[in-house]
Amino acid sequence: MTIKEIQNELIEDFSFFEDWMSKYEYIIQLGKELPLINEAYKTDDLLIKGCQSRVWLHADYQDGKVVFTADSDAIITKGLVSLMIKVLSNQQPKDIVNSELYFIDEIGLKEHLSPTRANGLVSMVKQMKLYAMALSAKV
Amino acid sequence: MTHYDIHSIRADFPILKTTVNGKPLVYLDNGATTQKPLAVINAITDYYTLKNSNVHRGVHHLSQVATDAYEITRKKVKHYINAAHEHEIVMTSGTTHGINLVSSCYGKQFVKAGDEIIISAMEHHSNIVPWQMLCEERNATLKVIPISDDGELDMSAYRSLLNDRVKMVAVTYVSNTLGTINPVKEIIKLAHEYGVPVLIDGAQAIQHIAVDVQALDADFFVFSGHKMYGPTGVGVLYGKEKWLELMPPYQGGGDMIKEVKFEKTIYNELPFKFEAGTPNIEAGICLANAIDYINEVGLNNISLYETELLKYATKALNDVEGIRIIGTSQEKSSVISFLLDGAHPYDVGVILDKLGVAVRTGHHCTQPLMERFAIPGTVRASIAMYNTKEEIDTLVLAIKKAASMLL
Ligand SMILES: Cc1ncc(COP(=O)(O)O)c(C=O)c1O
Repeated sequence: MTIKEIQNELIEDFSFFEDWMSKYEYIIQLGKELPLINEAYKTDDLLIKGCQSRVWLHADYQDGKVVFTADSDAIITKGLVSLMIKVLSNQQPKDIVNSELYFIDEIGLKEHLSPTRANGLVSMVKQMKLYAMALSAKV
Repeated sequence: MTHYDIHSIRADFPILKTTVNGKPLVYLDNGATTQKPLAVINAITDYYTLKNSNVHRGVHHLSQVATDAYEITRKKVKHYINAAHEHEIVMTSGTTHGINLVSSCYGKQFVKAGDEIIISAMEHHSNIVPWQMLCEERNATLKVIPISDDGELDMSAYRSLLNDRVKMVAVTYVSNTLGTINPVKEIIKLAHEYGVPVLIDGAQAIQHIAVDVQALDADFFVFSGHKMYGPTGVGVLYGKEKWLELMPPYQGGGDMIKEVKFEKTIYNELPFKFEAGTPNIEAGICLANAIDYINEVGLNNISLYETELLKYATKALNDVEGIRIIGTSQEKSSVISFLLDGAHPYDVGVILDKLGVAVRTGHHCTQPLMERFAIPGTVRASIAMYNTKEEIDTLVLAIKKAASMLL
């Protein structure tokens, strides 16, 4: 699926939630299910400092695609990280670089992607694109 | 506490009637900043409608009106903290400004290589970094009074840190993270045995505890208007005349001079020597309305009410399974920091916000303190004169909801 198709699917999934609580319960669930990053990658140089919650991000390049794994110490952040990975992992570098992420807005979680929010998510997206950019330059 | 009319107090704060995410606002982030009563809000409009003019410089009518109003605040502050003289009240932009002024000006005059500055393990970054900068610049050493697991200062360690090389002791009256009320009177007395001046960070005390700088014998006492129901952008540095006279000015500019020649400038007298440039006039004037408001309710009434509320909240939170309160000192004021077992403070804060409850999460600008307790941060509920037991009940329900979602 393309980045756009995945985003649209997520938007549709979230449209079934009737209130904020079920939405957040789902995000928390995603956070709990996110495949853990290899502990070896939870190092300071892979840490994205978000002031309050911390995010670790690792990128691999396999068969022309970027595979992201990540973790966070806060579960809601982790759930949101998991959404980002669903959308951007296993994609070609140039598609990641050129992607426009509109689904967070559409599913009503915009406040979490505000640059003043101290959760590290904005820096994570930036970092994902930087990895992809570095890789597409190599290819 | 029969005459504490909580309903009429709440009615004076319009923001308390608003909703957040469809829920009535429960504002428990008063340690960060307090809400403002109508008396202050109206005074701000009034200032711009009727008094706006620059202070200390015009002979025209409006300038005199603004200057008089501004100077009334200084008088009221003097009474509020029982300073000996009006000229010991330096108007600043806030606590941070006051501490930087002292560390810079006192430091320039009195601190040299090999000297020591004492702070405590529970200081706000505002009362750490300026002293660190001074120590770096002067090749002096920063010493830190350790604290117990309950969040109380280790007074015997403090005693052993005092010696002739110490040039300043700077400690907080009330910890913004733990709520600990420190024995500042004793801290000051011990420092004075070595002739060492003491700066008290009163940012979290001034709105809760009656302060008498002369009884405390404090050399410097700083606080912010916005944490005491007043406007943002104004604060106070109280300094004993003897120290303020000996310190060089902070910034140069208008208002702080008596006479300027290119060869040499004669500085103005106290307190204007430390008040360069146009201040935040509106905030300065309207701080007086906040002080009046506190006095009308009565600081002692407020203290009693808040102490009772803190007791109620502590018990209610302790009854929630999995809650660990950080900061269990004997003497506490208005702040409860806690952790919900297994949940990150950030997650708890997000859920509480969804339920209309405003708390602060994170390190509260006290990173070394978080390191001392080996935690990433806390959830902090901080109360003010207008909070109620019902709001504490809402907080507890919200925490239980968060626990059921997160754990
Ligand atoms: C104990 C303490 N000191 C200093 C400050 C800094 O105050 P301001 O930001 O108003 O300068 C605060 C405010 O958070 C505080 O709680």
